[in-house]
Formats: sequence, C-alpha cells, structure tokens
Amino acid sequence: MSTDLTLQQREAQIKFAAFAQHSLAPFVDEMDRMEFTPAHLLQEIALQGYLGALAPRQFGGQGLDISTLGLLHEEFGRVCSSLRSLLTVQSMLIYALMWRGSEAQKARWLPPLARGEMIGAFGLTEPLIGSDARHIQTHFLLDGNTFILNGQKKWLTYGQIADLFLIFAQQEGQISAFLVEKDTPGLTLIPLRGLLGTRASMLVEVHLQDCRVPRTHLLGGSGFAFETVAGLCLALGRYSVACGCVGLVQACLDASLLYVDQRVQFNVLLLEHQLIQQMITNMATNLTASRLLCHETGRLMDQASSESLLSTWMAKYFSSLAAHQAAQDAVQIHGANGCSSDYAVQRYLRDATVMEIIEGSTQIQQTTIARYYANMQMPSTTNRSFGMDVDGFARGV
Amino acid sequence: MDTIKQQLHAFLARFFPRVSLADDQNLFQLGFINSLFAIQLISFVENEFAIKLDNDDLDLAHFSTIQSIAALILRKRELNV
Repeated sequence: MSTDLTLQQREAQIKFAAFAQHSLAPFVDEMDRMEFTPAHLLQEIALQGYLGALAPRQFGGQGLDISTLGLLHEEFGRVCSSLRSLLTVQSMLIYALMWRGSEAQKARWLPPLARGEMIGAFGLTEPLIGSDARHIQTHFLLDGNTFILNGQKKWLTYGQIADLFLIFAQQEGQISAFLVEKDTPGLTLIPLRGLLGTRASMLVEVHLQDCRVPRTHLLGGSGFAFETVAGLCLALGRYSVACGCVGLVQACLDASLLYVDQRVQFNVLLLEHQLIQQMITNMATNLTASRLLCHETGRLMDQASSESLLSTWMAKYFSSLAAHQAAQDAVQIHGANGCSSDYAVQRYLRDATVMEIIEGSTQIQQTTIARYYANMQMPSTTNRSFGMDVDGFARGV
Repeated sequence: MDTIKQQLHAFLARFFPRVSLADDQNLFQLGFINSLFAIQLISFVENEFAIKLDNDDLDLAHFSTIQSIAALILRKRELNV
C-alpha cells in the first residue's frame, strides 16, 4: 500500500480546507436547523469550481484526479455532511456521463454540470425498494423514439434544486438509466423534511407519471444499466462518502481535543482522565486507518484498477463505522453539552448515523465483502448458489 | 481471438479460481455477472485491450459468454484500426 500524497495534492487539500473553514463553516449549523442550503453558498461553491471538480477541463471542469477529489470531499465532510453530499451526487452524475455518456450527451450536460449551472440528482431508491435495488418498480416503455417512465423515487439528495435527474427504471427486470430534465412533463417533486441527519441536503421524492423522455436521453446502453451506470455511480459515491466520513472523524477529534483541554472535572482537565484518553486514542487511530483506506482507494481508482471496486466497499464500510463511533464518543466526551445544539458534535452524530445507511448500509457492506472473499475460496457448486448470486453484490444503494 | 480468450480466462480465474469455464458458457445463467464484477470486467476490457465501449456495446448479449466478449473486443479493435 502506497498512500503518499503528492505536493500538489497536499497543497490542494490546504486550499480546500481553508475554503471549507472560512466560507462554509459559519453557515452550516443554521443550515442544519433550517433544513436548507442558501443559494449564495451554492454559488460560492460553484464559483470555486468544486461542483465540477471531476469533470474534464475540456468540458469546463477542474479535471481533478480521484485522489484529489477525495481530499476535497474530506474537507467538505469535515465541515458539513450535507454539502459533502452535494459534491457526491454532482460527481456521480458527472462520472456517469464521463464514462458512459455519448458524445452528444457529454456536450449537452457536462459543461453546465461542471460550471454548477446545473445540479444533478441520482434516482435509484424508491419508497418500497432500498437495498434490494435490482428490483426497482419504476418502469419504462419505448414508444417510437420516446421512453415513457412511470413510478416513484425517494431520498434524492438536493433534488429540490436539481435540474437533471438520473432515473433508473426497468422493463421486464432489465434496468436502464435515463437523464430526465426537471421541466419534463409528468415529473413532480415532493420535498422531504424532518430528517435525522444531513438535514440541509434538500431531499425529494420524485413522482413520474407518463413522463416522456427522448430516446437520446438513455444512458449507458439498454438493460445493462444497473451494472454499468448504477454500479459506476455508486462506486464513486461510496468513495466520496468514505472520504466525507474521514472528515467527520477529524471534526469529532478536533472538537473533542478542544473540549478536553479546557474542561476541568475532579480538579483536572478531562484530558487527564484515562477513559477520556481511550476515546481520543480510538478516534485518532480510526482516523488514520480510514484515511489510509481512502487514499489507497483513490490511488486504485486513478489507476483504473479492477481492484478499486472492492476497495471502495471497504473504505466506506470502515470509515462510516469509524465516523459513527467517533461521533458517539465525541458526544459522550462533551456530556450534556454534547446533546445541545450549541455544540456541533450532536450534528456530527446525527450525520454519522446517515453515513452507515447511504451508498450501501453497513450490513450490505458486510455481506458483500464476505461474499467476495467466499467466492475466491469456494468450489464452483457453492459459487453458483451463494457467492455470486446476482443480488449479492447488487444491493449497493 | 485465442489470445483474447486466454486473457479473459485469466481475468475470470482471478475471481473464480475454482471454476472451469467453457467459451460458450453463459455467465449470466451461472450468476457471475453482478454490479461489482460487471464494472471490473468492463474496466478490464477497456484498459487491457485499449478500447472504448459505447452505449451500444453495453448490451447484455455482448457480455454473456467469453466467446461474445472476445468477439466484441475484436470488433472494436478492427474499428479502431
């Protein structure tokens, strides 16, 4: 494992951190309370080029490598998981277009996505379908040169302000992906409020009723989109969430170190209590381990290594667990103050809970990784019935 | 064609070391194609054989057997020449 960052990558991370701390941090607690992201922040993020960080320069993006993109998402995650999730979905759509889009699709949608003039949303999950994503119910029909979509999608991050929706639908069990613009007749958005965490991420439920989409809006081939488009997007999504979780653990450690160095109990600083030290040690160690996993994953993705997919699963699995544990400990260290909205650690804990669910729940990661290794060891008869059952790896939402 | 098939067999053997696959054996019916493996397979095909797969290439039928994947690779290579 070689995880050394280049000088350029280290300098980029310093720049990302400065922007996040100075331009975003002052607003994020209020955003959490209001369940809203103000337009001026979105414009500021777009102006910096961060919404199009992954898009190639020829399409108006920053052309960042995956490793540097991960550093950007880490620094956003350190400040606000909602804004990190904005970068996640925008990057997922850009990634899908970069790798699976036709030249016409790239020319039409990559420049506005890269400049942040267009916000993208990812529509796979449905009201009745979460982890079992291969069995989505939204369906499509081909009518001449038009696809007709019917169904519902749920939990679309920043869907309230999205201009372009990547919608997955099936016909006789074969899944295809469609690019649906927000003003398409038959597309209705219903804002979702009252979320536990990532409360500023402006989620929506999407209703598609006889929604007609031109044939040219089909992305990634017919009937193979679950594997080729959703899988591709979710791999990047998992990496992004993992990097965001690294930022979240760092934020928990930062807040905890500040607190234990000021608060006195039993006539000594909290830092002097050994059980507090244990929590700080676990936080710091898990931070280093999850960061190493993310750096390794970024390196493998930059090399287009076929091993990068498994690495995204592991990085997301470990980092989201680390974030949840770190946030729980950070609240515990803060005591009653940790339960108050005066301290950000309560937000970290609510956000960290969401991290263990999105882009593949902890339990799905556990079965996926175990089945992957089981397949490498088991004889062919077992292989067919256990390890490589299609759904086994397909539940990556 | 034979060299391409050998490379595909070697790739598949990394994931399924205990399985002996025939060239015309349907990978879907064996339950081999899933979201994780499919991306790795596509990534391998594009990188190893220096081709870019278009939307029309990403059809289930093209990835159903080693034979069909090899035929796709050969066709894409000929187009690029």
